[in-house]
Amino acid sequence: MWTWFYKLASPPYVYGVAAAFAPWLFGFAALAIGYGLVAGLGIAPADYQQGEAFRMIYVHVPSALLSLTVYTVMAVASGIALIWRIKVGHAVAAASAPIGASFAILALITGSLWGKPMWGTYWAWDPRLTSELILLFLYVGVMSLRSAFEDPLRGDRAAALLAVVGVVNVPIVHFSVVWWNSLHQGATIVKLGAPSMPGSMLWPLLSMWLGFMLFFGAVLCMRLQAEVLNRERQASWVREAIK
Amino acid sequence: MTSDFWSMGGYARYVWPCYGIAGAVLAWNLWAAGRYLGAAKVRAARALAMASSEAR
Repeated sequence: MWTWFYKLASPPYVYGVAAAFAPWLFGFAALAIGYGLVAGLGIAPADYQQGEAFRMIYVHVPSALLSLTVYTVMAVASGIALIWRIKVGHAVAAASAPIGASFAILALITGSLWGKPMWGTYWAWDPRLTSELILLFLYVGVMSLRSAFEDPLRGDRAAALLAVVGVVNVPIVHFSVVWWNSLHQGATIVKLGAPSMPGSMLWPLLSMWLGFMLFFGAVLCMRLQAEVLNRERQASWVREAIK
Repeated sequence: MTSDFWSMGGYARYVWPCYGIAGAVLAWNLWAAGRYLGAAKVRAARALAMASSEAR
């Protein structure tokens, strides 16, 4: 039953799987994002309160959800690497960090652009915005810590520890709109109960979310191949792999 | 109709930059990952070449 898990500890196996999956993930991501863009910008009706400005939801929400998902992936991979001493876990965490940071930046910028017409300001020290900014700082901290050590193994361990500790911020970001008074609207799709949107607005959003997730998977596969090569460059299997 | 679409009900200066920046972030991720993988392959090839020349 656990054979697949043990196989994932093998760098050549992971390299091969990542190389095989990346093009498929890119293809499906392009389809999902393409449909989401056409339906979100051209077919979904305008919101009765926010008008056409609500269409920013189709990039803001997927990027914000992805920034949380990627951090969780990074923390789980780091935990696995620390507990079972599986080097591939460090490689997954290292590959995830820059992707997650870029989507945290995207969530903050698109949120600011949406905030100006709706709240009258690009930025407020609101619980959701502040905790998302802390998430970005955590990504930057994890990346900086990894590269701060001359010994890569020590850098990996220090970064993994910070990633695991920092995962406490993920539920804080998500539930900040519930726990504190916030300018930010409540959860739209990731919540208990039915989503608070009609299908014509919801399907493009789900499609964009799926597309962003698949895109993350594809970019992760590419970066993971690079991380595995950087860690295993003296190994004999690499000669065959890079032909 | 087309101008209505591009004007986004008066919110064009917020909506289109939002999509533009999203496109730029996706493109950067693709470009940076490709570049990183290419560099890793070059480094690995160099390391293998050095190892085989030392073995001789």
